[in-house]
Amino acid sequence: MSPPLSLRRLVALCRKESLQILRDPSSLLISVALPLVMLVIFGYGLNLDSSRIRVGLVMQDDGGDARGFASQLDGSPYLDVVIGSQIEMTRQLVDGKIRGMVVMASDFSHRGIGPGSEAPFQVITDGAEPNTANFVENYVEGAWRTWQRQRAADHGHASPQAIEVEARFWFNPSAKSRNYLIPGSITIIMTVIGALLTSLVVAREWERGTMEALLATPMRRSEFLLCKILPYYALGITSLLVCVGAAIFVLHVPFRGSLAALLLMGSAFLFSTLGMGLLISTLTRNQFNAAQAALNAAFMPALMLSGFIYELRSMPPFVQAVTRLIPARYFVTSMQALFQAGDVWSVLGSDLVRLTLAAVFFLGLTAQKTRRRLD
Amino acid sequence: MGVAELSPAMASGAIAQLRNIQKTFGKGEKPALAELTADVFGGRITGLVGPDGAGKTTLIRLLAGLMAPSSGTITVDGSDPIADADRVRSIVGYMPQKFGLYEDLTVAENLDLYADLRNVTGQYRKETFHRLLQFTDLAQFTGRPAGKLSGGMKQKLGLACTLLGKPKVLLLDEASVGVDPISRRELWRMVQALVSEGMAVLWSTSYLDEAELCADVLLLNEGRLLFNGPPKELTDRVKDRCRLVRGIGGSRRQVLARALRLPEVLDGVIQGSNIRLLLRNAAREPSPADLNAGPEAQWTSGPPRFEDGFIDILGGGPGGHSVLAEHLPVVPHAGEVVIEARELTRKFGSFTAADHVHFQVRGGEIFGLLGPNGAGKSTTFKMMCGLLVPTSGLATVMGIDLKQSASEARQKIGYMAQKFSLYGSLTVGQNLQFFAGIYGLNGARKREAIEQMIAVFSFGPLIQTKADELPLGFKQRLALACAVMHEPPLLFLDEPTSGVDPVTRREFWTHINGAVEKGVTVMVTTHFMDEAEYCDRIGLVYRGKLIATGTPDALKKMAARPGLEEPTMEDAFIELVGRHPD
Repeated sequence: MSPPLSLRRLVALCRKESLQILRDPSSLLISVALPLVMLVIFGYGLNLDSSRIRVGLVMQDDGGDARGFASQLDGSPYLDVVIGSQIEMTRQLVDGKIRGMVVMASDFSHRGIGPGSEAPFQVITDGAEPNTANFVENYVEGAWRTWQRQRAADHGHASPQAIEVEARFWFNPSAKSRNYLIPGSITIIMTVIGALLTSLVVAREWERGTMEALLATPMRRSEFLLCKILPYYALGITSLLVCVGAAIFVLHVPFRGSLAALLLMGSAFLFSTLGMGLLISTLTRNQFNAAQAALNAAFMPALMLSGFIYELRSMPPFVQAVTRLIPARYFVTSMQALFQAGDVWSVLGSDLVRLTLAAVFFLGLTAQKTRRRLD
Repeated sequence: MGVAELSPAMASGAIAQLRNIQKTFGKGEKPALAELTADVFGGRITGLVGPDGAGKTTLIRLLAGLMAPSSGTITVDGSDPIADADRVRSIVGYMPQKFGLYEDLTVAENLDLYADLRNVTGQYRKETFHRLLQFTDLAQFTGRPAGKLSGGMKQKLGLACTLLGKPKVLLLDEASVGVDPISRRELWRMVQALVSEGMAVLWSTSYLDEAELCADVLLLNEGRLLFNGPPKELTDRVKDRCRLVRGIGGSRRQVLARALRLPEVLDGVIQGSNIRLLLRNAAREPSPADLNAGPEAQWTSGPPRFEDGFIDILGGGPGGHSVLAEHLPVVPHAGEVVIEARELTRKFGSFTAADHVHFQVRGGEIFGLLGPNGAGKSTTFKMMCGLLVPTSGLATVMGIDLKQSASEARQKIGYMAQKFSLYGSLTVGQNLQFFAGIYGLNGARKREAIEQMIAVFSFGPLIQTKADELPLGFKQRLALACAVMHEPPLLFLDEPTSGVDPVTRREFWTHINGAVEKGVTVMVTTHFMDEAEYCDRIGLVYRGKLIATGTPDALKKMAARPGLEEPTMEDAFIELVGRHPD
């Protein structure tokens, strides 16, 4: 019996696959340009901390208190205040030029403005964007409280609040969303490389008729599978290191884990997505269908159901159950742990088990579906 | 039947043996191969022919061990291709239809890959590469990506990769489809050389002139072996039944159509200005007067060809009546110029793909563009359809300059390409709807046109079938239907029957001939020389230039020389291209 695997054939196939990767502009685009674009988007473009919101201010009173509160609003780092008539501001709100408006009634300065007294102004927000509307409401209210406290202090009254709450965020002290978005976005990038890129490669062999020629040679199934895994694994790990490097040194996201843990988790995840991509490719045998399937089976779930952007705990129980089947979910938590907390093995350990199970499942199924014959 | 019992046959030289083979794919489906028993011998070329879907590719895949037979036994050099796959794969060279090359890898990288896969190493590998590169004449192209090679060169590289392990059995599946006659002859010579070293070759082809040169032929139809033996044996069956009608007055297309209506005539084709007929077995000799071929017409008996035997065994051609042509409106024309290329030039960088190409096509004519792969046929063709803008020169159809108003001009053109330009995932009905739409048909006219095409080509039961799932003959009919639905006065056909068997090709030309009789003008590119014979005039393109123009007979006459007194169309093609100074 001849040996199950010939190193010469395996090396030849891997070399062929690598040359194809290097010569195909689309694979380089997916593995190099796309991660960089995504890092830039997630690093600079996408920011879940809200920036300055434009609000209108209608002053029907120009007394001292009214002007004082107006300057307090104007001084808020979160608001960009424009002053105008009610008609003008209403028009701008309708046009979407401002997100809300504050109307100070003509008796603003005459109403009793002590601590705890009812606010003598009206906040109108654009309910079409509830999130922003909430921000406007909260920021105006915050400004109002601060101004009241300050005014009381100026007038010699004691601060009405006995207890000050000071929030402290662990793991991400500055509570920057970038710090948890970047680890998440690396997951997306790995999914794209693992599933999208590899979903095309077996289908391409079928489409171009090279599969039939390969099958007619003494090539083994194991050699064929490995030549579809190893080069893409190398590509994926390189991409992972580039992404993490860029995150640390360019975007200045802190990384608290070890390189070994990163490589271990990255490998487990990569094998699971590679397995998924290859399975899709083997089953569809058609590049277009494979890309569609990979987009729906790997990319979209990784984006929506991995907990990367949308909080898993706020999802309905059924959807939460579905997320347990998505390998990206476990890699997101590992990456967030590695970046923000360090090698927390209580988290990484269970993630590792799940990712390994997923990899074994997909690769095993691919091996089973890969035939050495056409019928 | 056990292996041991087959040994006497092996002693007689049969390398591959198939005994009582049955191959069925889906449950309840018609078998792709049934009750097939045949031998492939070393030291000779065995031709494998048959209409599309006859089971040729299945047979080859069974021998390569890529499929298992449903029943029956196969041995290749004494081994079972499935049970002993490793051994069989190391002694069988298989070249699939698309050659199995990696287009983004260079010639050398392709060779390296297949050499490693086939365990060709060390000094032996060096020698083999040297020998194969010499043999295929690819030595100067080793650094070129396979995708940038011409069709003929790809074919040779595919062969070289297949030959790397020094196989005992070589399986070639339609290796010469879409390749020009010069490259085909070269491939044939190369394979001939291999055979003289004792290799067994199974050569599947849709070119019956190639089959005629094989030592043995296996002729399949609908999964059954109809003939197994030397091709001459089949040709001899029809030896007294071929007739040539020369000196035809009037339209030879009409004469052919009339001839095919005669009960005595089994098959007929146009051959330049003559027609060639095959009579039914023991049929009465029809009188030339029945053909109404004019007073000058002569009726002589001609040499039989393998193709005649092929058509005979399949029960005759499709007949000469085109229901399509019956429904097409008459396109009035007074023989004026309807297609014109004036000093048409197209450059790609420093490379001139078409160099001052100049020709005119008159109404109701069939004009053929012939030439080797990469000669500039397609470039010229694309400029005439307005798909490619000429660098200089003028292309007009029906007096419309394609540079000025390409879309107006395209409305006058029905276009059908090699791969049938159908949407494979759409049904027959949806394809008809779509093409009616893009050619600007709507409302009642669209409905009528679609209904007419369904009636003419009997698409009724197939209307819900996806185009990809159609048998090839129907695919071709659908492509033709989509091209003629808007009743264009011009038909542009780009290798319309590439890879199609002779029977299907005859049916296609029956429709084209019928349409031309209605006044439609046809421009066609082809690699099939029998298709070239249907043309009124031919332009021979080589290295971007039109090197000869004339009727098929005129070109043959041009090519004639001492030692080649009566060249065939293929001889003429090769001779004229060869005479052209490099």
